[in-house]
Amino acid sequence: MTTPHDRIDGRPDRRASGAEPEPGVRPAPEPPRRLPEFDFAAYRSTELRSPRQPLVIPPSGATEPTGPVFGVADVHPLDADLTAQHVGEPLGERIVVGGRVLDESGRPLRGQLVELWQANAAGRYPHKADRHPAPLDPNFTGAGRCLTDEEGRYRFVTIKPGAYPWGNHHNAWRPAHIHFSLFGTAFTQRLVTQMYFPGDPLFAYDPIFNSVRDERARRRMIAGFDMDTTVSEWALGYRWDIVLGGASATPTEDR
Amino acid sequence: MSTRPMDTSPMNTWPIGAEGDTPNPDGGLTPSQTVGPFFGYALPFAGGPDLVPPHTPGAIRVHGTVYDGAGVPVPDAVVEIWQADATGRIPRAPGSFARDGVTFTGWGRAAVDRLGRYAFSTVRPGAPGADANPYLAMSVFARGMLRRVVTRVYFPEDDRHADPLFALVPASRHETLIAVREESGSYRFDVHIQGEQETVFLAV
Ligand SMILES: [Fe+3]
Repeated sequence: MTTPHDRIDGRPDRRASGAEPEPGVRPAPEPPRRLPEFDFAAYRSTELRSPRQPLVIPPSGATEPTGPVFGVADVHPLDADLTAQHVGEPLGERIVVGGRVLDESGRPLRGQLVELWQANAAGRYPHKADRHPAPLDPNFTGAGRCLTDEEGRYRFVTIKPGAYPWGNHHNAWRPAHIHFSLFGTAFTQRLVTQMYFPGDPLFAYDPIFNSVRDERARRRMIAGFDMDTTVSEWALGYRWDIVLGGASATPTEDR
Repeated sequence: MSTRPMDTSPMNTWPIGAEGDTPNPDGGLTPSQTVGPFFGYALPFAGGPDLVPPHTPGAIRVHGTVYDGAGVPVPDAVVEIWQADATGRIPRAPGSFARDGVTFTGWGRAAVDRLGRYAFSTVRPGAPGADANPYLAMSVFARGMLRRVVTRVYFPEDDRHADPLFALVPASRHETLIAVREESGSYRFDVHIQGEQETVFLAV
């Protein structure tokens, strides 16, 4: 399963040829598999923002196998409707995005906080540093939260985000995407990722999407168009299931 | 002649996202992706860095700067901590976003400022077990980081030999895991994502 990755980015694999461990330091066991690797030369900003030393598997402690708990006090029901946060309706294509949050065994993660943020329909974020000359939408901020239900389901109403250019290389465009943040029941499960839309012509050109070298794993970031999530006369629906790894073997006393 | 193959050549040629694609067809782990540069209006929240209100009796300030491999502060990072309470108990109470000012939830989030600086107000955690030192579990996310990095913030008053993590790390790197107590009483913990002083990061 864990075959070595091709170094398609042309950078030597520093991990494999890393420095000899100092005497007296125990050899590290194989760390858990996490995708993608930190460094991917085609995504230029990773060059100075990727660790070069081997990661250390920590001794089991009490803190990492547990994680923060969120509840109804933390989330307002309207936080899940990004089209209802302002006086008017935002511009763009209204969509429903929903799915389940699961652990590695396929068990639903209940009462989980899901955070999401995205550009507007024109591909613009309401952020000072976003210089893309596309219009802001006074009726769209683009941030939401919800808790998963008893079956691990989440659901947001939002606007389909636009693609946007970025400075990584000449004519670089991000495929339309929604940023997601998840917690799981353990600190080790914490995940920040991006959801993509099916059939995007920019997939082949995006270094962030392609930083995940395994094709099957890349597909896990793409939502499926879903008729069951689609609401008649109102909004297309996309379904995206999220699987969190890294849970402790010992079950938590979550309720 | 281009030195940037990204400009012209697809990075993959397989058909993807055709009609009828099912979400997460193989049920495997969802990969990580960068938090990007534009999370500032979405992730930070009022009271996020204050696990206890500043100036609460017993409150400590833990702060520092996030640096890249060139030693340059990272202005677009977000730092999160998770910790035991002052007695060493793992909090199980919700309310991190609500921040009622009383409940200790053990979790905090701080976006760095333009100079790469973050600061938390919290309590010094109790030891999580008989043979381990107290620590804060910390995650750092940033533009340019495809995954978060994870580390532990230990306190300088504790004997490092008492904690098993230090035996797994070359002594020359121990300092990167230990906060520095400042004259003001604050604890300073800088994160070096890469470079000579690279922080010890954990595989979790
Ligand atoms: Fe984005």
